[in-house]
Amino acid sequence: MSKGTLYDKVWENHKVTELPTGQDQLFVGLHLIHEVTSPQAFGMLEERDLDVAFPELTHATVDHIVPTADQSRPYKEDAAEEMMAELEQNVRDAGIEFSDPTTGDQGIVHVIGPEQGITQPGKTIVCGDSHTSTHGAFGALAFGIGTSQIRDVLATGTVAMEKQKVRKIEVTGELQEGVEAKDIILEIIRRLGTEGGVGYVYEYAGEAIEDLDMEGRMSICNMSIEGGARAGYVNPDETTYEWLEETDYFQENPEKFEELKPYWESIRSDDDAEYDDVVTIDGSSLEPVVTWGTTPGQGIGITDPIPSPEELPEEKQDTARRAQEHMRVEPGETMEGYDIDVAFLGSCTNARLPDLRRAARIVKGRQVDDDVRAMVVPGSQRVQRKAKEEGLKDIFEEAGFEWRNAGCSMCLGMNEDQLEGDEACASSSNRNFIGRQGSKDGRTVLMNPRMVAAAAITGEVSDVRDLKEVNLA
Amino acid sequence: MSEEVEIPEVNYVSGTGVPIRGNDIDTDQIIPARFMKVVTFDGLGEFAFFDVRFDDEDNQKDHPMNEERFQDANVMVVNNNFGCGSSREHAPQALMRWGIDALIGEGFAEIFAGNCLALGIPTVTADSETIQDLQDWVDENPDGEIDIDVEAETVTYGDRTIDVTVDDAQRKALVEGVWDTTALMKSNAGAVRDKARELPYVEDAAIPDAD
Repeated sequence: MSKGTLYDKVWENHKVTELPTGQDQLFVGLHLIHEVTSPQAFGMLEERDLDVAFPELTHATVDHIVPTADQSRPYKEDAAEEMMAELEQNVRDAGIEFSDPTTGDQGIVHVIGPEQGITQPGKTIVCGDSHTSTHGAFGALAFGIGTSQIRDVLATGTVAMEKQKVRKIEVTGELQEGVEAKDIILEIIRRLGTEGGVGYVYEYAGEAIEDLDMEGRMSICNMSIEGGARAGYVNPDETTYEWLEETDYFQENPEKFEELKPYWESIRSDDDAEYDDVVTIDGSSLEPVVTWGTTPGQGIGITDPIPSPEELPEEKQDTARRAQEHMRVEPGETMEGYDIDVAFLGSCTNARLPDLRRAARIVKGRQVDDDVRAMVVPGSQRVQRKAKEEGLKDIFEEAGFEWRNAGCSMCLGMNEDQLEGDEACASSSNRNFIGRQGSKDGRTVLMNPRMVAAAAITGEVSDVRDLKEVNLA
Repeated sequence: MSEEVEIPEVNYVSGTGVPIRGNDIDTDQIIPARFMKVVTFDGLGEFAFFDVRFDDEDNQKDHPMNEERFQDANVMVVNNNFGCGSSREHAPQALMRWGIDALIGEGFAEIFAGNCLALGIPTVTADSETIQDLQDWVDENPDGEIDIDVEAETVTYGDRTIDVTVDDAQRKALVEGVWDTTALMKSNAGAVRDKARELPYVEDAAIPDAD
């Protein structure tokens, strides 16, 4: 068993007691809620005549169903309006703070927590969404939970969990030009498998991780769940503290920063911490990674050939055959030149300001291919505002991108933003499962934001390293 | 005062099986996102595996859950990494409402297994060969009885009894009837408040007074 890791320390700090099942009852420092997975939990509370135990440690937003075009109320879609109204009622009754669209702070739940400074090192953070692992970028212990567990957290401020093993994933070296955090995590999942992390949390370390900005670390932690890990984290460091100092919470409470910093330092993994497993990846050898299949683990370098199912381990072959049939790709070819119909720049993986900046450097002065429908969906209203102030909105619109309001949008197609028929989509999101983007015949190719921009311009999956970047300044 | 919720002990699940073959079946397949625009879980059963069961005109496609012989099945037999992807509890809720009381498979995604446990649904595992034999047997014996003994970690079908694995915490929770943890954890409210006071980032004002 691991010893002296951030995971061990945060777990111990939050353990209330051991339950008769052998699970631990863990205190929850921040409970994020949204409109899709919480209404049933509030319903269960009502059935049992229970109140929300820690409303001040709970924070709500709306992201999955919120329209990204016309947001006037009532929403055009009845079901979306009903979900929004339900959430509004629940948070009002319980006294929970709500970043709704009228506040200017609304956005994808995993984007707004870090922005507002409520995501902090050494907290336990849960949310009824598997990408809660994103918050681990700050050295928090953050994991997605189901609706029955949301009920538990609302009612008790705690969750029943079994302790996992810790795998340290060390990414060494310096990334090459054109290679980003997204490529690192796609490569990790390709190597270790979509189920390789079952039973583990991932600690990301090494020079390539330490060199990343907070947004890059968030992209990596975000997709821990795609590798089967329950959570992922990066130890807090100066990069983390610099981000935190700029957030609302610490701007308003500067004394808290100095007060909490010793705690943050104390939960860092010890130099001699023990891990259940260690994996090392040479970051300097990576190139931009794209997926050829229908799981996030089916990725390859942009210049690499698509594998033949026979080359893969036996248990992967059947899934690979079906994926290649669905995606209409042939072994031996590369993904370069794969025609796309839609370019989606958004999602909790890659819709933060630096993501949009990087993509804009590719887009500036160029035009979206005539056959491509391209859209930018900022991760939050704040990202949307800042990107507009910086002139990014104009760059995207002049090139022919649609500029939308914040939300989850075409990552999972729970609003009107969906693929149609067998459209192929170059996507900065996290999942390429069949049907994920709203059409069961749709084809999703995952890649980093600059690669999405390149695909939008050329109309096909392209190596972004072949496109000259424009300096925005 | 909160209402007492009766939590049944889940020692055994018996019934007939339905094989769902393939690794990495994600929760987007088990319940497509568009069916999640609901504020209750009621009625999700008919949408389980919707896109692999029905075509664009809602005609039935070739899928075990559409076959007459599996209509009464309550044990789903699956392969590896079942339930990966989204944390949506809608997935096990949809399967439960279709009629599933237990799953036997090579492996399950963590959150999915946790969500099943919260509904009192065992997710028991065995190796690949054992599972494929069971899937084949279910195919040939759609009316054949499968008995899962959660505590003994065995599955009996036909004239065979096989060893399966039930995660320790899951086994205890099911067998002792403590899989619905709300009341149990609520009973530790005092200790929870003490823990909150110990944590440097929790402000006193956020900690409620004792009931």
